[in-house]
Amino acid sequence: MITLSINGESRALDVDPSTPLLWVIRDYAGLTGTKFGCGIAGCGACTVHVDGRPVRSCAMPASAAVGRRITTIEGVNHGSDGLHPVQQAWIDEQVPQCGYCQSGQIMAAAALLESTPAPTDADIDKAMAGIVCRCGTYPRIRKGIKRAAASLANPEASEAGSG
Amino acid sequence: MGKWSRRAFITAGVAAGGVVVFGVAIRRGDRSGKVRGLVAADDESLFDVWLKIAPDNTVTAIIPHADMGQGVHTALAMMLADELDADWSAVRFEEAPAHKEFANYALARAYSTAGMEFPAWLIDSVDGLFFRATQMMGLQITGGSLSVRTTGQLAMRVTGAATRAVLLEAAANEWQVAVAELSAAGSMIRHQASGREATFAHFAPAAAELPLPDKPALKSPHEFRIMGTSPPRFDVPPKVDGSADFGIDAVLPGMKNAAIRAAPVFGGRVLSVDESSIQDMPGVRKTVNLGDAVAVIADGYWQAKKALDKLAVEFSDGGNGATAQDDIFEQFARELDSAAAGGREKDDFASGDADAALAGAKQVLEAEYRVPFLAHATMEPMNCTAWVHDERCELWLGTQNPLGFAQQVAKAIGMDASQVLLHNQYLGGGFGRRAFDDFAIQAARIAADVPYPVKLIWSREEDMRHDHYRQASISRFRGGLDASGNAIAWRNHYVNKHDPEEAPHIPYAIADQAIVYSESETHVPWGFWRSVDHSLHAFFTESFIDELAVAAGRDTYEYRRGLLADAPRFLAVLDLAAEKAGWGDSLPDNMGRGIAIHRSFGTIVAQVVDVEIVAGKPRARRVVCAVDPGYAVHPDNLVAQMEGGIAYGLTAALYGEISIEDGAVRQSNFHDYRMLRMDEAPAVETYIIDGGGVSGGAGEPGTPPIAPAFTNAIFDATGIRIRELPVSKHELRLKDVEDVA
Repeated sequence: MITLSINGESRALDVDPSTPLLWVIRDYAGLTGTKFGCGIAGCGACTVHVDGRPVRSCAMPASAAVGRRITTIEGVNHGSDGLHPVQQAWIDEQVPQCGYCQSGQIMAAAALLESTPAPTDADIDKAMAGIVCRCGTYPRIRKGIKRAAASLANPEASEAGSG
Repeated sequence: MGKWSRRAFITAGVAAGGVVVFGVAIRRGDRSGKVRGLVAADDESLFDVWLKIAPDNTVTAIIPHADMGQGVHTALAMMLADELDADWSAVRFEEAPAHKEFANYALARAYSTAGMEFPAWLIDSVDGLFFRATQMMGLQITGGSLSVRTTGQLAMRVTGAATRAVLLEAAANEWQVAVAELSAAGSMIRHQASGREATFAHFAPAAAELPLPDKPALKSPHEFRIMGTSPPRFDVPPKVDGSADFGIDAVLPGMKNAAIRAAPVFGGRVLSVDESSIQDMPGVRKTVNLGDAVAVIADGYWQAKKALDKLAVEFSDGGNGATAQDDIFEQFARELDSAAAGGREKDDFASGDADAALAGAKQVLEAEYRVPFLAHATMEPMNCTAWVHDERCELWLGTQNPLGFAQQVAKAIGMDASQVLLHNQYLGGGFGRRAFDDFAIQAARIAADVPYPVKLIWSREEDMRHDHYRQASISRFRGGLDASGNAIAWRNHYVNKHDPEEAPHIPYAIADQAIVYSESETHVPWGFWRSVDHSLHAFFTESFIDELAVAAGRDTYEYRRGLLADAPRFLAVLDLAAEKAGWGDSLPDNMGRGIAIHRSFGTIVAQVVDVEIVAGKPRARRVVCAVDPGYAVHPDNLVAQMEGGIAYGLTAALYGEISIEDGAVRQSNFHDYRMLRMDEAPAVETYIIDGGGVSGGAGEPGTPPIAPAFTNAIFDATGIRIRELPVSKHELRLKDVEDVA
């Protein structure tokens, strides 16, 4: 038995605490938006936030997340009705193709903008290089991050702009 | 441009050899009844099997293809809605069930569209592309960049137009006016003279009783209102909030999880399994020996995976355990040598007398190129959930070939195909891999003997080592130049032909050509890989033409231009790419620029790459892509597919290599089968030419030209001609050159 805080909710889960956080989130907490890609922290499809920082959940034992805030794609908008600005930017730029990696991309991008509200191309390269997209949506991910950054900097202007 | 005719179709169908083409006949009026219960609610009006109209005037397109990121649901719905004159904001889609009425419709439709202009690429290559096209249409396969070209043209547009016709007819009947006095727009029908207006939904029930016309008039491009625009894709919103259900996300009551390990050497078998090694592990339910693989079922996936890792299994090597990658290339080279010496090459394409022209040439160039095996490495590893219960087998997975999977799964577990119910989910990448049913058969066999549903998930290592691989190959060239440097002879001899047929052919006006091949089998399973044979031959031919240009002392772009004087569409695409890239402008010393052009799946693509050499490593900085798909149904989606095709091909060119060691695949995961990442991805600019005619493909044609454009750019920067991929193998040599510079 292990107790985890996932998307603001405390969850008591009957699982071996050494199980990677990824499989606890997917198979025991029932949140399937976080994806399995490689199992060796090599592709970033499983990226979630732990205490606001991006981590590869496939390589972190669930026990290491006890007492910390876990946020998945399902909770990235922090319980608000609308989408996170990164999610909205992903729609506006039509970023996803197959979509499988995009939960990880969005989580990494949201964490980047939290720490670096106006990222340069080099910042984006550094923060996003860990997340593989086999469909090659990288140019649109870059545009999406810049659009989300603009929207966070000036929410009203970007709302008027997109409306 | 040839005309489609029933006779041509039948002739071609026979030539295609055994493809199930003729079990189909048009049964007007009763087709919708066969599928009605599967796709339509009681109050919805169904038109043939592709379109339904609800009482709230919502139009739903029923799409028989899987979405794997190529935007097919949106593009096909646009084609239907445009011909229907529907209100796009009230158009929805549903994916068709795996049912033969959906699979065969496009073919059936082809019978009834005699006289409709049909794409030349189908007419001119009966054995190659046509075979593939009929096979894919007939089997409801998503692949071959065919969805828009076949289902879209032959099913969606025709059904949209035919439904519009019966809606107008129903309105004319009700209002007692002539059809010619009515107009349709925005899912409404209007009678101009009286000002009367009513929704499609109002007339739909009556219209659904009328016979659909076989040959409704289709719009000309200048009449399109929805096609040619870029509305947001249907599949994007669920892909940004985690709600899109991929195969791996299937959850069923009481479901267990399975992990699997197949014999590492292709052809190997399970010799022994020692279950005692895992029997006390938590959650473990069962060990299943499939003969060539062993699976462990446990409550959770991680429990199954841990147990499998610990399970003691002994495998045989099927007699292939001594094979190494070098052996395979040596085998290819020997076959090429002996076939050439013995005159045993197989003919691919011939024009004039290449050998005589070479004998008379002022200068003869020879070169040999090699490419390795490649894995697909879809981001979602292979997986399938199977539940065998109540005399049937239900499957949840992402597949490019639902009917084929259902048939093969049924066969594997002793059922009839009608007992297999397949729930196709979003595909976390396809690229050809999800046309192969091995993982679905495994899941069904594992689930066949247990009373609960089982989700089988391959590890990344299993996925990498048990793919169906893009072939490794060797291609040899001899090219002849006359005294002015003009290319007058082209001789090409390569290993192993799959398809499409024309992949090795060149668009250039070289009078004397001989393209031949030899066959040399390996134990490594072959598979469709984004653009299939085009992925290797574009690299071969577009590199060698570059070599001829350099040998002639000419600019590589201008040299191609000269050989494309009689191919105006190629020329327009090439010129646009060169112009937008600023061909001829000077670049910094550590940069180079390369160009390549190739047609595949009906679409011509030219790309110009600017490469920068940094610390001995090449980095593609910018790719300018010009594309002529005939007509771009959804231009932004075409741009996205070019971006994606470029990244896929550039990844392979730079890093892609699956090599065989002791009969098995050496690579295992993303650390040794590297992917292009954000910090290596070039800026991509795409420019579209609507060259006319029938739409070409979008999903694959972006891939073939990128490898040669990239390596031609490396040559421009360094003077090093890359004749063997991947480029990363050549790191030291690049560094040497940089040091010299």
